[in-house]
Amino acid sequence: MQKIIVCLKRVVDFNVRIRVKPDGSGVVTEGLKMSINPFDEIALEEALRIRDRGDAHEIVVVSIGPDDAKQQLRTGLAMGADRAILVETTAELEPLTAARLLQQIVAREQPDLVLLGKQAIDDDCNQTGQMLATLWERPQATFASKLVIEDGVATVTREVDAGLEVLQVDLPAVVTTDLRLNEPRYVKLPDIMKAKKKPIETIAIDSLGVNVAPLLKVTRYEPPAVRSKGKMVKSAEELVSALRDRGLFA
Amino acid sequence: MSGILIIGEHDGQHLNQSTARCVACATEIAAAGTDIDHVDIVILGADITAIAAEAAALTGVTAVLSVSNPASSAPLAAVLAPQIVKLADDYDFVLAPSTTFGKDLLPRVAALLGAPQLSDVMSVASARTFQRPIYAGNAVVTVEVPAGMKVVATVRGASFKPVATGGTAEVRSIEIDAELPTHTRFVELQAGSSDRPDLQTAKLVVSGGRGVGSADNFAHLYKFADRIGAAVGASRAAVDAGFVPNDMQVGQTGKIIAPELYMAFGISGAIQHLTGIKDAGTIVAINKDAEAPIFEVADFGLVGDLFQAISDIEKQLGQ
Ligand SMILES: Cc1cc2nc3c(=O)[nH]c(=O)nc-3n(C[C@H](O)[C@H](O)[C@H](O)COP(=O)(O)OP(=O)(O)OC[C@H]3O[C@@H](n4cnc5c(N)ncnc54)[C@H](O)[C@@H]3O)c2cc1C
Ligand SMILES: Nc1ncnc2c1ncn2[C@@H]1O[C@H](COP(=O)(O)O)[C@@H](O)[C@H]1O
Repeated sequence: MQKIIVCLKRVVDFNVRIRVKPDGSGVVTEGLKMSINPFDEIALEEALRIRDRGDAHEIVVVSIGPDDAKQQLRTGLAMGADRAILVETTAELEPLTAARLLQQIVAREQPDLVLLGKQAIDDDCNQTGQMLATLWERPQATFASKLVIEDGVATVTREVDAGLEVLQVDLPAVVTTDLRLNEPRYVKLPDIMKAKKKPIETIAIDSLGVNVAPLLKVTRYEPPAVRSKGKMVKSAEELVSALRDRGLFA
Repeated sequence: MSGILIIGEHDGQHLNQSTARCVACATEIAAAGTDIDHVDIVILGADITAIAAEAAALTGVTAVLSVSNPASSAPLAAVLAPQIVKLADDYDFVLAPSTTFGKDLLPRVAALLGAPQLSDVMSVASARTFQRPIYAGNAVVTVEVPAGMKVVATVRGASFKPVATGGTAEVRSIEIDAELPTHTRFVELQAGSSDRPDLQTAKLVVSGGRGVGSADNFAHLYKFADRIGAAVGASRAAVDAGFVPNDMQVGQTGKIIAPELYMAFGISGAIQHLTGIKDAGTIVAINKDAEAPIFEVADFGLVGDLFQAISDIEKQLGQ
């Protein structure tokens, strides 16, 4: 295999508690810790392992986002990716638009494998990889927990509601990652220094010929309904009797 | 007049309950709209006569489109999507459950239709305006699909009660002439075999976290669950540690469930876990740490050792 593309989205770190703006116009993201979407970090780790086994030559990390997304691309390069592409925009894009932009990058780069996270933990859409595979007219294997590549075929174990499903897809293909695929490595300081020399190419979003205007209209953001704190019981006896009162225990 | 097409989910034998939840959502959309006069379900598969009959019995369904094809014997998104798209032209709305089946398949349909998709619809504000969670449920957005654009959405099952059976919809066998790819091949399904109730439909769920400590210790939870007739779930930490298989994970990236009773043993209550249970009727938390965040959302909290608690509860219940 020649080339793997890994998509890295810059998102609010998963440890940060998100708050909705009082006027309902969005969520507060200013000044928050930003990271690589955790599923994308897993995608990159998998690509690195494939390359380290000698099954791929080049790993290209791609992000669509603001100039600051270079931080996440730099982290990706420090983890071991060979080069990076930033499709620069300050707009928040819908998955279909992101997929159309990624399709343009894929057409140019001709990878054998594209790895994405199964979902971005900000919009929680779980769409982009499937849409990219469709537009590219290639197979998809989503929610991967195991990936084996041999003779131009990927055998992918997928985490599905009923258990584990195994699929075979012909390359080139799109694979989206689930949490248990691997545990991403930590970046070491010397790698961060080395990564500074690796190239990041910036592409203006308008140059890709994709209409990036939003298709859906988001009219309001609000905090979720909260469950109120209930009662602390002192003993199993008190608990069982409370659950009997609610008709939950016989 | 326009209609709603629901992609039915099944395991080759029976219709999945998520389909009846989609019908509930579709019924709300139809009631909110002015010109929606039919709600149809499409069943794709190899041998689907019995499944189509189950779908036809759901209240509120107008017709069931039965599309039998040996190529559809496994639910491969790349194979099903082109068939669905041939039908979708006639509908203004295409819905699928927000299960791993629907999440895998519907974006493929949306991309072929050139339509944006809404994921995890949790409520219907109007026929074209919906609410959905973002940021692991830390915020809810209201999203409007502009007129003239197809509404393509997955339905968050925990937000809709399955419709009752007793309907008598017409079943139509349909042949679809679509070019189907061969680049994707089903190998096998390694199903977690269990006689316990299904996690996604159970009324009672007993769930264990890292605090349970080992796969062997989970036996205490299984025994207790069997005693009360509950399904068994787990946190991500318990799955990652190899205590239980992945299909038991509850949360943002696992199953979103809405049982009448959820009992969490040795689960701290991370936001990604709580997202999966916020629609539960009653939440019980048992944790040895009085400061565990799970107590903030629990209806009843008990501080203490989980194994002691299980044995005490069993004693209270008698044998
Ligand atoms: C992108 C992403 C997605 C995620 N998705 C999910 C998801 O879908 N589902 C999910 O669950 N998590 C998810 N997580 C992980 C989540 O953040 C937490 O790490 C996880 O839920 C913790 O599991 P836990 O509560 O079992 O473990 P811990 O947080 O380690 O808690 C264990 C608890 O057990 C208690 N305990 C220990 N021993 C005993 C005892 N003998 N008796 C009583 N109590 C005891 C401790 O006091 C502690 O509170 C996700 C994380 C990320 C980054
Ligand atoms: N702006 C983006 N830049 C890079 N990758 C993205 C972007 N948006 C989505 N992706 C990829 O698509 C996956 C799924 O995103 P989503 O469909 O939004 O949940 C993410 O995990 C990323 O791998």
